Amino acid sequence: MRDATGSAEPPLVRVRDLKMFFPVHTGVLRRHTGDVKAVDGVSFDIMEGETLGLVGESGCGKSTVGRALLRLCEITGGSVTIGGVDVATLSPAELRKARPLMQMVFQDPQASLNPRMTVAAIIGEPLDEHTTLSRDEKLARIYELMDAVGLNRRFASHYPHEFSGGQRQRIGIARALALNPKFIVCDEPIAALDVSIQAQVVNLLEDLQDRLGLTYLFISHDLSMVRHIADRVAVMYLGQIAELSPREALYAEPLHPYAKALLSAVPEPDPDREATRKRIILKGDVPSPANPPKGCNFCTRCPEAQERCHSTAPRLSEVAPGRFVACHRVTESAGATGATMANEHNQMGENE
Amino acid sequence: MPDGAQAVLDVRGLETVFCTRGAEIHAVNKVSFHLKPGELLGVVGESGSGKSVTMMSLIGLLPSPPAEVRSGEVLLGGKDILKLSPTELRHVRGARVGFVFQDPMTSLNPVFTVGDQIMEPLRSHMRMSKAEARRRAAELLTLVGIPDADKRLKNYPHQFSGGMRQRVMIAMALACDPEVLIADEPTTALDVTIQAQIIELVKELRQKLGMAIVWITHDLGVVAGIADRVMVMYGGQVVEQAPVKELFGNPRHPYTRALLKAVPALSGERAGRLQVIEGQPPMLGSAPTSCPFRSRCTHAFDRCGKENPARRALDDKPLDHGHDVACHWNPEPADA
Repeated sequence: MRDATGSAEPPLVRVRDLKMFFPVHTGVLRRHTGDVKAVDGVSFDIMEGETLGLVGESGCGKSTVGRALLRLCEITGGSVTIGGVDVATLSPAELRKARPLMQMVFQDPQASLNPRMTVAAIIGEPLDEHTTLSRDEKLARIYELMDAVGLNRRFASHYPHEFSGGQRQRIGIARALALNPKFIVCDEPIAALDVSIQAQVVNLLEDLQDRLGLTYLFISHDLSMVRHIADRVAVMYLGQIAELSPREALYAEPLHPYAKALLSAVPEPDPDREATRKRIILKGDVPSPANPPKGCNFCTRCPEAQERCHSTAPRLSEVAPGRFVACHRVTESAGATGATMANEHNQMGENE
Repeated sequence: MPDGAQAVLDVRGLETVFCTRGAEIHAVNKVSFHLKPGELLGVVGESGSGKSVTMMSLIGLLPSPPAEVRSGEVLLGGKDILKLSPTELRHVRGARVGFVFQDPMTSLNPVFTVGDQIMEPLRSHMRMSKAEARRRAAELLTLVGIPDADKRLKNYPHQFSGGMRQRVMIAMALACDPEVLIADEPTTALDVTIQAQIIELVKELRQKLGMAIVWITHDLGVVAGIADRVMVMYGGQVVEQAPVKELFGNPRHPYTRALLKAVPALSGERAGRLQVIEGQPPMLGSAPTSCPFRSRCTHAFDRCGKENPARRALDDKPLDHGHDVACHWNPEPADA
């Protein structure tokens, strides 16, 4: 897949045909009777210094993609390359060495911080594991990190419960930064926070990116916040990418029917616009990923579905420069260029 | 709706305090509002602003102790329901005021079928026979857009998806044709496409049934789309109240203004940097003697520290009918 900017540099993160199935065991003998296809053939690139937004509804597999990228769970198939290292095939010892490169900021700052450790111990833990710094050097680094995320040094010996949600998220960010990573997966970092605190954390993430040249995968269900922070946005539905487009293009004119419906469903704080906006109301619920529909996985709710959508699955193909869409109707109207890119994707063996 | 219409719900000077070991939390401080027939009032605020506690203390849903309603009147159809006996209050809760909670999973009983749970208020408040109640329950499920109602009545809550469960909750709240429906963050736990379904449903039900609704949310976008009037709460107080267009078009309280700017837009110009509200929400350890937003306010001056601003009308309409704000600061004409 080509990147949107057209530069020749290789991407920092390259994901090809990522699959993550969770087996279902039933019966007395716990026989393997099926799989929950949480992520089913996802491919994308993230360039260095870029923020890729990953949006979708709960259960679409966006968090699983984030966890699989850092190999927090063993992936079922496909490849993940981060900074030239194929993360998917590393042995446990090699993986441990590669860990400082990639870090994660978790959704719930309450659950992801050990309540029995002080802030200094939490931020310093990655340093204990991966570096040979002396005590003093470690403390100096911890203070430096606390300054970087806007936490007062006085609180180094306090415990997580003494902090508010926004401050706890800052602790989580400081911990992720401890080893100078290049790539950070932010898994719904602001979902548990109040609106006025969300802006503080998002601004912090942006400042850190400017200063340290970080690359983010920003997973969120908040489409307006993703528009603010991401350079490119991937919309996921039922374990697959429905559309991957540059931010401006996607929000100005979404191409995939699901992306259209999703964007139209987001309420806007403007009564005049709300009164005139045309909303696409999707019928029904997301099908179970254990038993996805035949053909296009969106065909059961798609307002534009045709006959072939129920039989063949569309492939993610480039329909305009930098815009990738998995929809028969869109690729058809995009014409010849779409077809060639679709072929390239076939050769990459997507979806099969 | 004419201004003169009799309010279905009129709350005056409500004050709720939580008494814990050695400390008091003043969660709701002198909150007043009213609700006209058929009106939808949006209540906006962050967690801890007192919006849910206000609504729960209205109808005696808070456990006491620790909660204590210190003062105030809640007039439902002209009668103060805070003075009712527990039995009378129970009748008000089921039959005259419906309540939809945030999390449809924890507020439905997992060991009873959905049918049993919808029929319960019908049987106890409307004294319906089993067969009647079942017929009405099926009607209600159809009304809230659940297909195949007769069969679905026999299902348990876990057999429904999140959006469907919230529809069941709405059906339960509507069972006895309440005058007032209080919806406490009914779509917060749902995905945006499902949220859009529920909002459409409520809009439709309003037209059909014409009840008055209080919709509590922290999402300004949701309020913009459905509310007639909006009340903004902060630190247990009402800081601003106005018709929806007026509030979004001409916000006056510094908190409302900051809140509107802290949310990035989905369309139009993209802001370079989000405007933040520095600091943290207040602790409500004692009855307020100063403005609760003072420490985070960019316009604060000495008076804000000495005197808690009372709500004042910004137009010639009586308080609570037009646009009012609880703030000492007067914006310069250029700022306004």
